[in-house]
Amino acid sequence: MVDVRIFVTYKESVFDPQGETIKNAIHSLGHDEVENVKVGKFFEVTIDSEKKDLETAVKEISEELLVNFNLETYRFEILGGEA
Amino acid sequence: MKIAVVVFPGSNCDIDLYEALATVCHADVEYVSHKRDNLDGFDAVMLPGGFSYGDYLRCGAIARFTNIMPAIVKMANEGKFVFGTCNGFQILTEAGLLPGALKQNDSLKFVCKTVELEVVNNKTPFTSQYGLHEHIKLPIAHADGSYYADEATLEQLEANNQVVFRYAKENPNGSLHDIAGICNERGNVLGMMPHPERAVEAILGNTDGLRLFKSLLENGIKTEVTK
Repeated sequence: MVDVRIFVTYKESVFDPQGETIKNAIHSLGHDEVENVKVGKFFEVTIDSEKKDLETAVKEISEELLVNFNLETYRFEILGGEA
Repeated sequence: MKIAVVVFPGSNCDIDLYEALATVCHADVEYVSHKRDNLDGFDAVMLPGGFSYGDYLRCGAIARFTNIMPAIVKMANEGKFVFGTCNGFQILTEAGLLPGALKQNDSLKFVCKTVELEVVNNKTPFTSQYGLHEHIKLPIAHADGSYYADEATLEQLEANNQVVFRYAKENPNGSLHDIAGICNERGNVLGMMPHPERAVEAILGNTDGLRLFKSLLENGIKTEVTK
């Protein structure tokens, strides 16, 4: 089993109202050094890589379900585990 | 003309749609479960507002995988009438029957009020009883109604006259091009965030939505006659 972390965020070109609001709140705390905040979704998925190629599975799941390409993009990290 | 109102787990405007059609318009309408795998015998299908599957993942994203979806896609491809309001619109975009997506309102707030719309295409089977550029008022009630599409898609929508309703005076959610409702290229699939089914009787304080259903019924009957 291998644990994979998938991160889904808005594309650069899409306005992220939550990120903007949180950034303003951070500035209210006095942290003027914060330039940008992005809010996204995070999925931790456990995959049996003997059943299917790991990257193929992650790509298919992300691109067919987890991500709406009109708005969003994604990246993933493969964590340790028994490959 | 026989109309299906699809009920998903979490739909909450299905009764409004059904009553607008059955009680107010005396149409032949039936509730259809999302579990059903065909829409044989129906001439139109309507996807109601609400929170299908609790809006989990993204609004409309899970409803796309229900048994009924292939039948809805088939009807769209056959040129039959497909209509989605609010969550129904979100489902139609998630299913790829309409371009673009609905994202969280710019204000981050759930907006529930009556807004003014401009009818910018009255050539669709859903809007033929409205005047071109006519201003109407319809209720909206959503947190994720900000229409987004990339520049190329927006240009295409405008060039093909696929923008059907635009917010007039005030844009309540940050929708690009003030888009409140769009149709597919063929014009037989319409999705919109406002709720015409909540504005069909004088006692509700507004009848501006009624002509959408009357247009559809009139054009459905015309189609039957010319068959």
